[in-house]
Amino acid sequence: MWWQKVIFICFSTQQLNDSTNSMIAIIDYGAGNLTSVKRALDYLKIPSVISPDPKAVRSAKQIIFPGVGHAAAAMKKLRERGLDGALRDAFAAGTPIMGICLGTQIILSRSEEGDTECLGIIAGTVPRFRLSDPALKVPHMGWDAITVKQKHPVLCDVRPGDEFYFVHSYYPLPSDPSAVIATCGYETEFPAIIGAMNFIGTQFHPEKSGSAGLRILKNFAAWKGAPC
Amino acid sequence: MLSRRIIACLDVRNGKLAKSVRFVNTKDIGDPVAAARKYYENGIDELVFYDITASSDKRDIMIDVVSKVASQVFIPFSVGGGLRSVEDCTRVRLAGAEKVNVNTAAVANPRLIADVAASLGSQAVVLSMDVLRVGASPATPSGYEIVTHGGRTRTGMDALAWAKKGEQLGAGELVVNSIDADGTRTGYEITLTRMIAENVHIPVIASGGGGAPEHLYEVLTEGKADAALIASILHYGEYRLRDIKEYLHKRGVKVRMV
Repeated sequence: MWWQKVIFICFSTQQLNDSTNSMIAIIDYGAGNLTSVKRALDYLKIPSVISPDPKAVRSAKQIIFPGVGHAAAAMKKLRERGLDGALRDAFAAGTPIMGICLGTQIILSRSEEGDTECLGIIAGTVPRFRLSDPALKVPHMGWDAITVKQKHPVLCDVRPGDEFYFVHSYYPLPSDPSAVIATCGYETEFPAIIGAMNFIGTQFHPEKSGSAGLRILKNFAAWKGAPC
Repeated sequence: MLSRRIIACLDVRNGKLAKSVRFVNTKDIGDPVAAARKYYENGIDELVFYDITASSDKRDIMIDVVSKVASQVFIPFSVGGGLRSVEDCTRVRLAGAEKVNVNTAAVANPRLIADVAASLGSQAVVLSMDVLRVGASPATPSGYEIVTHGGRTRTGMDALAWAKKGEQLGAGELVVNSIDADGTRTGYEITLTRMIAENVHIPVIASGGGGAPEHLYEVLTEGKADAALIASILHYGEYRLRDIKEYLHKRGVKVRMV
């Protein structure tokens, strides 16, 4: 019967919306290996979907904004796909967003990498490491400990001495020092985690940081977006 | 300050460990995924899988191993052996490996380093070099020569020049494997490692000769290596990873304690 079809269609659409709304959307903008984030969430049995679709980003329960690569190339892709606007809307709507590496950097206003105008969701810049010790190599690559400066629900079980995996030549520098949640030292102290309102971003890769990193992803999945 | 990394190396042939790993329980003997999982739980900082499968038609087995490892081991790991093109490297990376190791194919075609770096980023490209001590000569002023095929083929290339060229072409890290020290378990080649580490601006991973915790200490301090590769010292269960790390920690080397 025709009405059965209508009911079926309504029902399936409803289901589809429900399923997107209850998941973490991992933003796909062609920047790096998104599957490693997806694999970590799958392992933790946290439902997620990799999506290039601005609509899915706007309606997602939570968003993970990863990225590896060049700031200028990343911004170009985001704009082409309309994901820049979708991210701003989601942030304004209070959706919990987690940036990883390049994702955390381009949330800020401007990056020194290719002198790129970025999303500007949080005011700040992305400088390159300028180190005087010739023995220190750039990128800052490998395992390093962080110092938590401010309590945050996503970091509730980070233990002193926990180390995380970094690979980066640039780092996020918010204009407002109160947006620095944790720091790391590489000749000078630099922000390793930044956050404001419903955004939190790590410079390191939680998906490659063993059990300490997985705990952060798990905490993020339970986070409703309110700061401490 | 970055921790010095300890990297476990696993040789894989046709999807199985080429050498058995002692601690793995009986039913898992020879399974690289189980070994990787165990090392991960014990606090290894990184893993390297060398695919020593001879026939190319069995290479897909390795891709399967890589994706299984990637779904349960959440630290960086790299894959090497038989990677000859950007496509080969991309497949390994999409299967979940953080980095790719190129060696013989890069000696034959140095452009490969630049091409893979352009496609996957320098951080994903590890140049492995097998090095033989030959004494200084006009062709090899550093006293070390690059060899391939496990040391059987001499290339006439100077090791230090090749390391610098690899960095210039876009390699993100170097594995310096001493053919002289390999298998001896009497210590890494300190002179070689230090010479390379002092002349490049990318991390150097020392390989070959690690047989006791003090060998790692030597190469991570005097040898100036950023990381040390270990294999049999762990596989045969003579030392536990935790003991090695505690030893290094006590002697003032910063390592990640899990």
